[in-house]
Parts: sequence; C-alpha cells; structure tokens
Amino acid sequence: MKHLAVLAALLAPVPTVADIDLSNWETVTAEAEGQTVFWNAWGGSTTTNDFIAWVGERVKEEYGVTLEHVKLTDTADAVTRVLSEKQAGEDDDGAIDMIWINGANFAAMKAADLLFGPYAEQLPNWAFVDVDGKTVQTDFTVPTEGFESPWAMAQVVFIQDTADLAEPLGSMQAIADWSAANPGRFTYPQPPDFLGTTFLKQALVDLLDDPSVLSAPATDDTYDAVTAPLWAFLDDLTPTLWREGRAYPATGPAQLQLIADGEVDLAISFSPGEATAAIANNQLPSTVRTFVLDQGTIGNASFVAIPYNSGSKAGAMVVANFLMSPEAQVRAQNPEILGYGTVLDMDALSAADRAAFDALKLGVATLSPAELGAVQAEPHPSWMTRIADDWMQRYGVSE
Amino acid sequence: MDKGLSLKDVTISKAGTPLLSVSHDIGSGEVLTVMGPSGVGKSTLLAFITGTLAPDFHAEGEVWLDGHDITNAAPHQRRVGILFQDDLLFPHLSVGANLAFGLQPGGSAAERRARIDEALEEVGMTGFADRDPGTLSGGQKARVALMRMLLSDPCALLLDEPFSRLDAALRAQVRDMVFDRARARALPVLMVTHDADDARAAGGVIVTLAG
Amino acid sequence: MNRQRFLPVLPILTLVVMLGPVAAGLWGTFLPAFGHLPAAGLTGPSFDPLRDLFAWGGLPRAAMLSVSTGLLATSVSLLIVMFVTAGWSGTRPFRALERLLSPLLSVPHAAAAFGLAFLIAPSGWLSRLVSPGLTGWDRPPDLLIVQDSLGLTMTAGLIVKEVPFLLLITLAALGQTDAQRSITISQALGYGRVTGWLKTVFPRVYAQIRPPVYVVLAYSMSVVDVAVILGPNTPPPLSVQIVRWMSDPDLAMRLEAAAGALLQLGLVVGALAFWRLAEIIIARLGRHWIAKGSRGRFDTIVAQGALVAGGVSAIIVLLGLLVLAIWSFAGFWGFPDALPDGFTLRNWMRFGPGTMTALGETALIAVVVASAALILTIGCLEAEYRYGLSFSQRAVWLLYLPLLVPQTAFLPGLQTLMLSIGADVGRAPVMLAHLVFVLPYVFLSLADPFRAWDARMGTIAAALGASPDGVLWRVRLPMLLRPILTALAVGLAVSVGQYLPTLLIGGGRVATLTTEAVALASGGDRRAIAVYGLMQTGAALVPFALALLLPALVWRNRKGLRHG
Repeated sequence: MKHLAVLAALLAPVPTVADIDLSNWETVTAEAEGQTVFWNAWGGSTTTNDFIAWVGERVKEEYGVTLEHVKLTDTADAVTRVLSEKQAGEDDDGAIDMIWINGANFAAMKAADLLFGPYAEQLPNWAFVDVDGKTVQTDFTVPTEGFESPWAMAQVVFIQDTADLAEPLGSMQAIADWSAANPGRFTYPQPPDFLGTTFLKQALVDLLDDPSVLSAPATDDTYDAVTAPLWAFLDDLTPTLWREGRAYPATGPAQLQLIADGEVDLAISFSPGEATAAIANNQLPSTVRTFVLDQGTIGNASFVAIPYNSGSKAGAMVVANFLMSPEAQVRAQNPEILGYGTVLDMDALSAADRAAFDALKLGVATLSPAELGAVQAEPHPSWMTRIADDWMQRYGVSE
Repeated sequence: MDKGLSLKDVTISKAGTPLLSVSHDIGSGEVLTVMGPSGVGKSTLLAFITGTLAPDFHAEGEVWLDGHDITNAAPHQRRVGILFQDDLLFPHLSVGANLAFGLQPGGSAAERRARIDEALEEVGMTGFADRDPGTLSGGQKARVALMRMLLSDPCALLLDEPFSRLDAALRAQVRDMVFDRARARALPVLMVTHDADDARAAGGVIVTLAG
Repeated sequence: MNRQRFLPVLPILTLVVMLGPVAAGLWGTFLPAFGHLPAAGLTGPSFDPLRDLFAWGGLPRAAMLSVSTGLLATSVSLLIVMFVTAGWSGTRPFRALERLLSPLLSVPHAAAAFGLAFLIAPSGWLSRLVSPGLTGWDRPPDLLIVQDSLGLTMTAGLIVKEVPFLLLITLAALGQTDAQRSITISQALGYGRVTGWLKTVFPRVYAQIRPPVYVVLAYSMSVVDVAVILGPNTPPPLSVQIVRWMSDPDLAMRLEAAAGALLQLGLVVGALAFWRLAEIIIARLGRHWIAKGSRGRFDTIVAQGALVAGGVSAIIVLLGLLVLAIWSFAGFWGFPDALPDGFTLRNWMRFGPGTMTALGETALIAVVVASAALILTIGCLEAEYRYGLSFSQRAVWLLYLPLLVPQTAFLPGLQTLMLSIGADVGRAPVMLAHLVFVLPYVFLSLADPFRAWDARMGTIAAALGASPDGVLWRVRLPMLLRPILTALAVGLAVSVGQYLPTLLIGGGRVATLTTEAVALASGGDRRAIAVYGLMQTGAALVPFALALLLPALVWRNRKGLRHG
C-alpha cells in the first residue's frame, strides 16, 4: 500500500472537482440514461449477487441505466486496475465505474487521488441517511469527505447451531474455552479474506482493556505490545480449531456450508440477517441463531465509490443514489433476501416507508437492533495490514 | 504423333538410383501393358503420368497426349483417366452422384441425368442411380468405377492392376468390358499388371521392366 | 493465385499463432522476475524479487507440493493405464471402458474436482451414505481429507482425469503398433498377458505416447483450478500462490509472482529431466527383466487390480457428477442424511439465468476458437498434402510446446506485457490465449485420420477433373466428417475447460462457466457450484454427443461412412 501513495504522488494531480453539475439532479439522470455501469463488487455471496441483480433490473426500469456486476474475489483487484489505468494514462473511460469499498482500500484510493467526488452528500437520497446515529461519514477512522456513499450497515455477529451449541458465548475468551472443550467445532475464514481479518480485529478489540489505542495508526513501537494478547489467544485457540488449523474455509459463506454439514457449530458473520437469509435458501438448518459479544461487536458501513476515470459517472451516481433509496434499503434489510442493516434514519422517512421497515419480519435468527447492542469502532487500517501479514507468517504456512 | 499417349524418354529415379525407363507411343484404341515384379516402380510410372508423383521421386522425360505436352500440367487438367485395384467409389455420394462427379460442367440437370442413366444402362445397372455404393457387389462397383471414369471424357486411360481384386469369374467379364469400352471410344490404354492373362487379353505391346 | 501463395505459409502461421504468445509470455515473465516492470515504475535488473520469493516461508512446501503431486499423479495414472491395457485390451470389460472414454474426457477438470470433493469429504456423500448406520457418526469426523496438506486429494482429482486421457492416447498408439500379434506370440511362448504385453508392446507404445505423458506431468505440476478446489491452503501449491500474487493490489507483488513463475518453469523442466532419467533407468532394468525370462506369476492380480483402479476412477467421475446433480436440486441437506430433505427447482431458477449468461460467453469463445483451430489445422494438413511438406518428429514436439510450458509460467507474463503496451484486456485476447491451447489438441485429434485418408481417392478425383480445392471440399472433407466433428468437439471441450487464460488475460471481465464455477468454490454454496459445474460439463459434453450423432444421421444411407 505504501507503494501506491508514493507512485500516485509522483504522477500529475487529477482534478477531483466534479465535472457534472450535481445541484441539478435532472441533468444527472438525463445523462445517465443509456449508460452502462460496471459495478465491481465482491461476488462471494450468492444472496448479495441476487440483490445486485435486482438493483440492476430496477435502475434499468427507472433510469435506463444498465448495471453490470463484475464479481470480485478481492476488492484490491479493482484498486490495482484503476491504478494501472492511471499510469497508462487512461483518464476518460476506465473499466470500472463503481466499487463496493471500505476500509484500507478506500484509504489507499483516496490518498492516491483515484476517486471521483465529492458527490455523496449531493445525492437526493442523502437526505434520508442517518448521519448522526451511524458512522457513515468516516470509514475505519478515515473521513469520507463525500468521496463514497454508504449503502449498508454491517455488524459482526456470531452464528451458532443451537442443536449443538445451545447458549451464546459472551466473549472471545469464552469462545476459546468452549473450543478447547469441543475441539474441531469452530473455525474462521482464512486471512487475508476480509471476514477472517475481521475475526482477528474483533478478537483484539475484545481482548484489549482499552481498544481506543487502535484508532491511532500502528507504529513499530506500539504494534508488538498492543497485539501481544491476540497472538497469545490464537496460540491457545488454533490447535483446537477445525482441522486443527491446518485448513481454513476460504470465505465467510464457506463457513455456512460447514455448519450445514455439521462440521462446525460456530461461525462469524458481518451481516445480522445473513443467517435468516441462509435458512430461507436451504443453506442452514432452522436451528441456527445469532449472538453478539457482551462488550459489543465491530460495526462499519459498506460504501460505494466512483473511480476518477469512470466513463459513466452519471450512471454510477444514479445507482449509488438508488442504493440509498428506501425501496432498496427495505429490500436489503429483509432477512429473507439479504439481511444487511440500513443506513437510513427512520425519522427522516415518510410514514409509508417507515411502515415498510416496521413490517419486516426479522426472522428467528436475526437479532433486533436493540439486541445488537453496542457498536465498536473499526481500528485504523494500518493495524489490519500488519496483523494480516503477521497471521500469514505465523499460521498461514502450517505444516 | 497427334492422337494417342506418348511417353518420351521417361526416366524415374529415387535418391539418385534410376528405377525405370520407358519410351513408347500408344495409339488410339491400343493397349500398352507394362509388367514387372513388385516394387519395380510400375505404379510410380502411372503417378508420373497423372501428375501425382511423390516428392521423393525424380522424373525426367515428357508425356504427350493428343499432341499436347502434359508433363507439367496440373493433375486435374490432364484429361487422363485412371482405375485402381479398388473401385474407390466416393462413399459419401450415391452411385448417380459418383457418376456425375466426372461430368464436365454444362448442360441442364435433365441432360446430365440422362447421360448418367445412359451410362448405367450401358453396363446393365439401370435404376441404380440413387443407390449407396456401400451396398453394391464387387462386380457392380467395378462397373460403376469404369463408367465414372468414362463419363469424364478422358483422352487416355490408365489401369493400375484393376482386376486383381476380382475373383476369377468376374475378372474376365470386367476385363472384357473395360477393353471394349476403351476401344469403342478409341482411347489409348496403359495397363500395369503382373497377371499374364491380363496381358494376353489386352492384345497389345508388352513392356517388361526389370528389377 | 492467392491461395497458392497462402497455403504453404499456413503451417508457419499456425506455429506463430501457437508459440508466439508463449514466447511473449515467457519474455513478459523473465523481465519482471529480475525487477523490470515499467508499468509500476520499477526498472531492473535486480535480484530483489527472487530474494523476496525465497524469503517466503511457504516456498519449500509449495514447491514440494507442486513436484510431488505432479510426479505422483502422472506415474500412478500411467501405471493404471499400462496395466489395464496390458491385462485387458481386446476384452469386453476393456471395451466398456473404451465407450466411457469420450464422456469421461469431456467432463472438465473443475467439475470432476468438485464432484470428488463432494464425494469424499468427511461430510461428503460417501460418508453420508454409510452414516450413522455403519459408522455410528452423527457428526462428520474432523479429518483433513479435502485440502489435505500432502495434496493427496488433489492428486486423486488429477488421476481420475488423467487416466481416460492417457488411455485414449494409448489406444491411438496401439493402433499403430500391431499389438495383438505380439500378445499372441508371447502368450504362445508361455508369458502371461500382462508380462507379455509389458515386455513386447510397452516399449513401442511408450515411445509414441511420451509427448502426452510429459504434457500430463507439466500440467499436473502447474494446474490451478484443481489445486484451488482440492489442494491445501497452508501453503497452497506454487501455481496457486503465483496467481494470488498476481492478484495483489500492490504491483510490486507482480515481480514476486514473476519470480515464482520462473521457479515453476524451472521445477517443470527439472521434473521432465528427472522423468527422462527415470525412463532410461527403467529401460535398463526392463531389459534385465526381459532377459530373465520370468513368465509373470502375478499377472492375474495385477490385471485385476488395475481394472479395479481404472473402474474406480471412472466411477468416481460419474458418481461425482451424480452428487453434483443431487446438490443442484437439493433443498436443505444436513449430515448424515443420505439424501436431501426435499428436492426443489429453486436453485436452478436462482442460478440458471446467471449460468445462461456465462454459457453464452463460454460458447462464443469456444466456437470461435475451435473453428479457428480447425481451419488452421485443416489448412496445415492440406498444405502438407499438397506441397509434400513433411512434419518431422521435432515438429511434433513444437506442437506440444504450449502444453509443456506451465500456464502459470507465461500467462502472467503475457498479461503484464499487455498491460505495458496498453492493450486492453477482454474477449479477443482471451480467444487468442485459448487458441494457443486448443490448437495442439485439435491438431493431434485430426492429424491421423486426415493423413490416413486414401490418397488414391484424390488421384481419381483429380483425374475426373476436380481441382485441388475441389478435391478437398467435395471429396476429402465430406469423407472425414466424423473425425472433423470429433476434433471440433475436442477443441470446444478444451476451450470450455480453460481457467487460467480466461482469468488472467480477461482481466476478470470475461466470465465463463469455468471461471464462475471456480470463483464459487471458495464460497461454499454447494448448490450454486453444482449448477455451474453441471452446466460446464454439459457445455463440454454436448459437442461430443453431436459428433457421434451427426455423422450417424448424415450418413444414415451411406454404409461406407457409418462406422467412420
């Protein structure tokens, strides 16, 4: 990531002021009509892919915009692409029009001037967004400054198969104790998969007495001392894991299949409604439930950003705006469809829209917003890169 | 001479070693029989005349047909017909289509059809035009192969041991038919064989190639 | 005439099309491996990439995995094929195996790997069938079978696909070695079937199948899709790691990927050399064995064992497809139920439209590439016929070259090269990349039947007045309909199954059934994997079915061509 910033700094600065007149939304929708938007988004969850396909149908009907979902295994691929295009001088019509992004990837792109904007707060549906109640203006402690617009709230939950694990576990230490008593019944996705790194983050946040040290960037001085409890925890945990830690599921959804197969009883997820959606799709047995840790769990927002060289900026903004619409948000929150949290402020909505949200059945495996408890802040991105690399050295090459 | 097939000092060699040497004129309606042991190069001589000599052979001399030098002409422009041991009827075409293959272009469909039917009648196979060649007997196939060649209106006829696969009874019958037709059309015939009966029946000059 | 000047050039053109990208890709790998990548602003020469590569903790294991799985898969497949052929060629069980060959060959590697994974995992179908009845398990055992650290499951996945391939090649070679008479003679001299075959026929056959065996070795060492599905993850085999480095956002990692690719190439070359050495040693030992005159006391056991092994590998592929089919229609299916709770069309309805889009892309690429390969092949073979060119033994090795160079060694280089010259990734470059791999297979499939065509037919046709083009179009090609359709089917199947070229050269923009299916492998949604895997298999199988049916239909009234 260091390389990106250095390289970008050496290149000519690119104007970030929008060329499009955002104050007049009509011109934006007029220009968007007929455009094709290539939305590069993680494709590892079939329920999310279905949702994106639905978004495509709707924006086609309403705005004449064609949405193409480019399925990524890793958002970093998209970052590389835009950077390569910038170096090749492709400033007008890049291959990527919109990226589902947050965290370190966003920080890198913003620092390297690879994003178009600011645009987010000029979108009509921004009026509905819960700016005060939800962290939609900072991304992993980095201010968004309008260069990305939110579309879903995520919070870490743990999925348990109550057939074998009846009671929720309240802390990481409790999880480690339970795993020691029931070896081979727990695992987490292999870092650098983002859910795997989230597990490591969550563990660290839960284990530390004072997690606020994580909001500052990691330095050589602080890193070792701060992360020591994490490595001690993992040293105890790893031998009791599924397959004794010699293999890990590759992604989050892969864990669900393991639960269904009866291989594990506990999994980590970033979507409170994922379990219910999975039950509806026959992917999980109806005995699964979710829980959060006593001290709370990490939450963040999912954003979309528009590369500086997109050839369909208007179309992308139309899609970004649609994602924040009550119609799309209700559908995304529906646990039988997707189960993501909403970014909208209920009080800002019309009575009809609010009723639609209230009418949503959460489903047996979804915790209500009250039950979700405290949302812990994401650590600064620099911690994760180091921790992920460290994990790969320590556990990623086991023999 | 003007009419007929002439081989002028034809010498074929392989890798420097001369294989055979022939120089002869065959008049219209005459048959030249070339005999010799296996491997001496009889078929190679025919390949030279049809223009399909393999690249590892080297040939000198000239071939003249009806007053034209065809030594370097393209194989499909030589108007020289050939019959092999096997009938080699095209398996993907019907009997009629096989016969039509050699017909010169021109004439309406009805005219061409009439010529094919005529040819079939000539060899006693009326009504066989739509048959599958794979269902014919050995003798029938030989007859169709002959008529196919004759319908292309060749100016000379080459025979590469064409009767050796037929059984004794059929052999004489087919042999006579071939020579009759060739004489009727006044074609010069060059026959390669190692069967003495064939040579006798041909009734022409016999050239024997030494090994 | 234009055609006359063009046709003799065609063989050279074909070679360029096939080898050009390989050479370009190797160059594009060589430069970054020594630190030169202008697109990232890095210039060499430098040994840093190689140093970083060797600093990676997982390198010894990853390299070891690559070599061991390759050698093991190849030798076991070869042994099975040799013993089955030795013990059973010409018999009825063998003919049954022969008839299974086409369908087995057309199942893409990825689909076969998925099937195997779903079968033998601790929570797989085999385990479910016997639990809890025979085993008393109501939870799957915590055994590391799929993705095991020794790569044994991956080796098995390779073997089940390599056995049919080597068997097909062996059968083709047998046709030219007059094996039956040698067997009869050796049996008359008192040798058992297997020993007699091994001592008299094997040396001749092996000389013919050596190039494909080398291809199998090179492929097994550098395969990516099967490794992703069945191979270990901590660390993965070298080829998987190379692809991971290629996908890293940090462009500097491309240098390490290139260094890794160079190492992979070195490993493959080393393994091939080792195999050659082993050949020489075994040949010497073999001569001793022949001289000893032992008649073969263990023949029956060996023959039966080999048949069982061959049969098992065929059954695994078929059962794997069956379990994929079950998953694609499955409602909820927990352990240890032998069958799902309920069957539903929901999965097909959910994923069907997506597979259709991917199928469209796959078919478009496959049809264009296979047709181009067919045209080039027929052109080359016709040029060989018309101008008396003769392709020497060395030319055969040139044909195999794109298959011997590991894909991970030159495809990343090709992509980086294209990036440097600013060429856009997309469908056309992917087609060219596919062509590199499809051409050899189409050529090998069509060459023998094409050359075996009786040239006297051509002489007669010419004597009847048909020009050389006329001979080709009116006589030769119609008579060769079945081999041509089979070669086309082979080309289509090879293109459908390509993973790495589509992934890397397409820049992630070209989504075929194979790339989608392998991408789903990490997601664990078995129903989605099953639907895509079955569609992928269908896309490769249908052309073979057509290659069997169409000639039978077209030649239903032509006895001479019905049995091709």
